[in-house]
Amino acid sequence: MNKVVTNADEAVKDIPDNAVLMLGGFGLCGIPENSIAALIRKGVKGLTCISNNAGVDDFGIGLMLKTRQVKKMISSYVGENAEFERQLLSGELEVELIPQGTLATRCMMAGYGIPAFFTPAGVGTEIADGKETREFDGKEYLMEYAFKSDFAIVKAWKGDTAGNLIYRGTARNFNPMMAMAGEITIVEVEELVAEGELDPNEIHTPGIFVNRIFKGEKYEKRIEQRTISKQ
Amino acid sequence: MALTKEQIAQRIARELQSGYYVNLGIGIPTLVANYIPKGMDVVLQSENGLLGMGPFPTEEKVDADLINAGKQTITILPGTAFFDSAYSFGMIRSQRIDLTVLGAMEVSENGDIANWKIPGKLIKGMGGAMDLVASARNIIVTMMQTNPKGESKLLSNCSLPLTGKKCIQRVLTDLGFYIIHDGAFHLVEIAPGVTIDEIKAKTLGKLVVSADLKTIEV
Repeated sequence: MNKVVTNADEAVKDIPDNAVLMLGGFGLCGIPENSIAALIRKGVKGLTCISNNAGVDDFGIGLMLKTRQVKKMISSYVGENAEFERQLLSGELEVELIPQGTLATRCMMAGYGIPAFFTPAGVGTEIADGKETREFDGKEYLMEYAFKSDFAIVKAWKGDTAGNLIYRGTARNFNPMMAMAGEITIVEVEELVAEGELDPNEIHTPGIFVNRIFKGEKYEKRIEQRTISKQ
Repeated sequence: MALTKEQIAQRIARELQSGYYVNLGIGIPTLVANYIPKGMDVVLQSENGLLGMGPFPTEEKVDADLINAGKQTITILPGTAFFDSAYSFGMIRSQRIDLTVLGAMEVSENGDIANWKIPGKLIKGMGGAMDLVASARNIIVTMMQTNPKGESKLLSNCSLPLTGKKCIQRVLTDLGFYIIHDGAFHLVEIAPGVTIDEIKAKTLGKLVVSADLKTIEV
């Protein structure tokens, strides 16, 4: 099974305007930075982006906000991006803020083929408005739906040509659930190896979920909060 | 004297027990990690996807793939485990976390909490806060008792959009430690040198001073 495409531009070439995308990463950690660059080169517009964060002003999804390619963000936390806040307050950008665990589970359920689930997060708050609730064992829960997305774009550390993936450190975050959830899943990796070179015991995402894989040309891996201890 | 942020963190650290898995929020809660008693077996969870968070790295050890929920660079410890964010909130919702410490903008006498949104102003998002407050069974909220304008953050009803309803039982401010039950803030510990009158002046919600009031040791 060979899922390899030549580069990022090739991988995203059929993403149309107004597509719904899932983008992996937490903050700037584990984001598909080569694919984001390719989406900017392609100039695709009107995107809905499901991603925990919206990058910073000059990196990650923040770059696509600057070029006005994003119509709507579905995120849990967007605090480090002044351009995001400006576009949102001026009404240029639509945003749906949802709890982080709900976001993760909505991705996961899409990958598991389960249409909806119940969570306690957000009961009694404005995010519960209009949502079905149900009581289990005396506690109230909100019904939340699995996400539907056209493309999931994820970043893994190592992958093989068949699309089997291994993530590294906390760069794993939302990537495994999103990899399972896309109608089409595009993966960029730092290291692309031949089938058989990864230890099957260490694979986090089996290749069945992956449609396209490529080796990212370069990784800046920018750090948002460089905190250093002196000892 | 009101407690400093470090003294608040030290007081929280006295709630830790060996064997605890702990989730510390951003701000004052993060400081609690500096006061874990030596030799105590406490594991810090970071909800982006790790158990066993170590201290900040030295310059040479900085790794972009190793951050905490505040997006700060961190290190791992012997026994650290990585996992995805769905696993992480599974631990939280299924109540594996023994103590959760988080900040707030407002808390009400019924245990409601608001800490994610100021309408028309700052838009940040709730991150994992709604999941944490809805599920965790042992939460301590830490915050200053008043906002920068000097207004009480302990209220009858929260004025800001809620993060969770009836989910907070304990609040530690720079002035005192409160237990919330039966629709009131029960002051159980007071910062040294702070008067009951000051507490009363800075608590808008219903206040009950415990008959067994203690002074917080600093």
